[in-house]
Amino acid sequence: MDTIAAISTATGAGGIGIIRMSGKDTFSILRKIFRMKENIEYDKIPGYTMKYGYIINTNNLEKIDEVLVTFFKNPKSYTREDMCEINSHGGVVVEKLILEQCLNNGAKLAEPGEFTKRAFLNGRIDLTQAESIIDIINSKTEKESRAAINQLEGGLAKKIKIIKDLILDILSDIEATIDYPEYDIEGVTNTRILSILDKISNNLTILKNSFDNGKILKDGIKTVIIGKPNVGKSSLLNAILDEERAIVSDVEGTTRDTIEEYVNINGICLKLIDTAGIRNTENEIEEIGVQKALQSLKNADLVIVMFDISKEMTKEDLELLNKIKSKKSIIVLNKIDKNENNFKLNMQKYDNVIELSAQSKKGIDKLYQKIEKMYNLKDIEAEDRTIITNIRHKREIEDCLHNIKKAANEINKNMQIDIVSIYIKEALENLNNITGESVSEDIINKIFSKFCLGK
Amino acid sequence: MEHYAGEYDVAVIGAGHAGCEAALAAARMGMRTVIFSISLEAIANMPCNPHIGGSSKGHLVREIDCLGGEMAKNIDKSFTQVRMLNTSKGPAVYSLRAQADRKKYQSKMKYTLENQENLSVKQAEIIDIVVDKNKIKSIKTNIGAIYNIKTVILATGTYLKGKIHIGEISFESGPDGVFSAKELSKCLNRLNIKLNRFKTGTPARINKNTIDFSKMEVQEGDKNSELFSFESENITSKKQLPCYLTYTNEETHKIIRENLKRSPMYAGEILGTGPRYCPSIEDKVVRFSDKERHQVFVEPMGEETEEMYIQGMSSSLPEDVQIQMYRTIRGLENAEFTRPAYAIEYDCIDPSELKLTLEHKSIDGLFFAGQINGTSGYEEAAAQGLIAGINSSLKIKDKKQLILDRSEAYIGVLIDDIVTKGTNEPYRMMTSRAEYRLLLRQDNADLRLTKIGHEIGLISDERYEKFLRKKERIEIEIKRLKEKVIKPTDSVNKILEDNKSSKINTGVKLSDLLRRTEINYSIIEKLDNGMNIDLTKREKQQVEIQIKYEGYIKLQEEQVEKFKKLERKIIRKDIEYSKIKGLRLEARQKLDKIRPTSVGQASRISGVSPADISVLLIYLQSNK
Repeated sequence: MDTIAAISTATGAGGIGIIRMSGKDTFSILRKIFRMKENIEYDKIPGYTMKYGYIINTNNLEKIDEVLVTFFKNPKSYTREDMCEINSHGGVVVEKLILEQCLNNGAKLAEPGEFTKRAFLNGRIDLTQAESIIDIINSKTEKESRAAINQLEGGLAKKIKIIKDLILDILSDIEATIDYPEYDIEGVTNTRILSILDKISNNLTILKNSFDNGKILKDGIKTVIIGKPNVGKSSLLNAILDEERAIVSDVEGTTRDTIEEYVNINGICLKLIDTAGIRNTENEIEEIGVQKALQSLKNADLVIVMFDISKEMTKEDLELLNKIKSKKSIIVLNKIDKNENNFKLNMQKYDNVIELSAQSKKGIDKLYQKIEKMYNLKDIEAEDRTIITNIRHKREIEDCLHNIKKAANEINKNMQIDIVSIYIKEALENLNNITGESVSEDIINKIFSKFCLGK
Repeated sequence: MEHYAGEYDVAVIGAGHAGCEAALAAARMGMRTVIFSISLEAIANMPCNPHIGGSSKGHLVREIDCLGGEMAKNIDKSFTQVRMLNTSKGPAVYSLRAQADRKKYQSKMKYTLENQENLSVKQAEIIDIVVDKNKIKSIKTNIGAIYNIKTVILATGTYLKGKIHIGEISFESGPDGVFSAKELSKCLNRLNIKLNRFKTGTPARINKNTIDFSKMEVQEGDKNSELFSFESENITSKKQLPCYLTYTNEETHKIIRENLKRSPMYAGEILGTGPRYCPSIEDKVVRFSDKERHQVFVEPMGEETEEMYIQGMSSSLPEDVQIQMYRTIRGLENAEFTRPAYAIEYDCIDPSELKLTLEHKSIDGLFFAGQINGTSGYEEAAAQGLIAGINSSLKIKDKKQLILDRSEAYIGVLIDDIVTKGTNEPYRMMTSRAEYRLLLRQDNADLRLTKIGHEIGLISDERYEKFLRKKERIEIEIKRLKEKVIKPTDSVNKILEDNKSSKINTGVKLSDLLRRTEINYSIIEKLDNGMNIDLTKREKQQVEIQIKYEGYIKLQEEQVEKFKKLERKIIRKDIEYSKIKGLRLEARQKLDKIRPTSVGQASRISGVSPADISVLLIYLQSNK
């Protein structure tokens, strides 16, 4: 197997970035790019030790960053291979440069989840653990990692069990009438089955929809900052990011492309997208930027639409307000430090208006509070709101829902109960694919606990 | 005194439903075969319910027929009533059930055994099986006769250390007053075969003349019903005997509750595990205490007897309590017992010690079939007997063993279940155990299995030819219905309207009309009688089912394809599970015990999780 490397901390989150390498060539690659302070043979460095030094660019031998490297010796590592973790303090750019050095010197870029896959392949962990661990690794904020842990400990399993019990309830009725035709088993009427199927559909839909919340936890709330040129979009972005990330100038149209950044606001992960200012433009490059902005508007979870409070409201502004009507949005009236309110927004019509100054950060706290309130993550966190964050689970739940609807459809078509049961069983199988249990045993156990049959 | 008494290829121990099929199959496959029974009067006895078939069991009987077994033919010769059950619930679960004339069933089977070429029928108790270097060598009877043999099929039913309980009384006995087999258990212990103790029970028999049927509901048989064997194509016009239905009541339940302490089950006298699907009336009253009444079916035991079987009232309470409680039931107020209800305990093996061929994993040539494998039911026993008989013969002929998979037959589901999972209670076949039941219908058992039956030599060339013609006629007619377009004439629309089906405006394919829920094949015949071949009733039914349910059948066929992917991944015999990193300890132990032949089978072992299967798959992949 190749030696793989990747940045293993999420982009933008936290001060320390870790670049991980795993595979048999780990130490020979490291030897080329790492200048250790102490002078020891790699063979003599025991596992679980940390060494201080510099990462260098092997082309020009320039220092890239000062780092701490943790050594893991096979099999006592996460992947059971030789591994190292390079801890850097340099932020996104430096992390990328260090990774590049690993790759230039023989490592291969790891696929998503490949470290965990290796851990699994080498017998370190089992599949269900692996899935959750991948989620934990990918989780960008504390809250999400708690949701991942919740899944691991059976929050999802509990939810699925409720749905499974409903399915088993009808299935055992159906199967009992089939397997014990001579006994009178009450209650297996189409109306009853339909009403339970309906209940199941509802439960599944809730679970399915929670995936979107789950995705928000996992990928961050996709947030687009939108507004006419020079209303202060980039300044707001910078204020939030607290660093000079986007290029800010007084010339209209300075931001030509969209910029994405992750930011952690009171535990909520925002994926911020700064867009080129929206206005009618002749400049070709800028035109692409504007289109991109409108595009990202479509896919956004949250739209922050910005206006300059010191300027009068125009027709374009109203159009923009119209464009975001169907979106979850926050209206930001910027530049309050100019002390001129010419914008005259009908405040009665909107309940999502924040006034602030991106420049001086005055009022930015209110924006954060608003976001937190809108996403009500305290609710999501509550125990009974299990969230699915795993795409495989989502797919099974969607298939399950599909099969339940098909079953109901067959009943409405007046099909015999045995045909209907094919789809219900398939639905149960979908859920069992998540929890890993066998269908036939479930039904039979249920039949005998429920009915009184036999000679 | 011992004496050498002869030599056989196959020896079958026990002549119940499993033993009879095993012996007939082996003899018909040309093996020199002998079958032993402690009493020849007990051949093919039905010590419990006097009926054969029913849900999923009827399917088994038809499958047995298509593999050349005897049960279907034998019940067709000896039934007193036939009914097709579940006709409103879908084609896959139609189930044929017949009341048997118990004595007639036995004597017909005995007669068939006696007249079978290559088969010797002997009354004796086998007390020892001699194994040399893990290979079967000889067997010994209780009176010292020694037979040298190549393979043994153990089909001892409930006779192994059988013990009957009636209230406080218990005694060693097989069913229906026949001796139990006391010695063979010790022999199995010596062979290191682990024995379990199971329990089952049967209700009382009552003299018909003391029953007031006017207080019960009558259940008649079907007129013009089909029979079990595909060779018995003719519809019966025979006079049938009725069954009756009555109910228990609060008074019955009160007597039971008051006397529970006298039940050996509740007093802890019985140690064996009983089946959940066949609970005694005591069990039902205790477990479902909110139920006001339980059904009681009264079934005839035969034409030349007045004994009636009282289904639903199995019990191990003392006889005096039994009489009291039976007499609380409407119609049974003056009932007179001919035989009391009893519970019976017996030794059986752990079927997970067997291969899918029903041969023991470590003793070469030793096969097991029927209740000794922890199953219950005549049909389940017969199915295993047939397979054990076939495989013991194929083994001697050095040919590939017959293993049916879960997508081919209920027999495959049954054997895979018990061998892969073992069983901790008597195992009963149920349609819900079959994943692909729309494909495993009782009506298409011949289409599924006749070819296999013919290949192993148990289906005659004549029957096979006949079958091929039937198959061809069905295919031709299906093709015709799919091609023929019918025009929207007045007469066509009149027929559609008469059958509550919507009119057509343009030409429509006959097959599309047949797919409508309210349209059946006989309506299609009225719409267009363009057949150029005369189809039998069964062929018409086949055409109708195959067209009507085509979409659903396809869906199941896709599921089967998925299933087969893992079945085709063969696990080498010498695999060392201890060397596979990442398998959990429990999975490792289970896999090592069952030693599945495919990844599919491995995935069905309880205690082996999907994650373990992933590990196994990766291991197999990387060790190719």
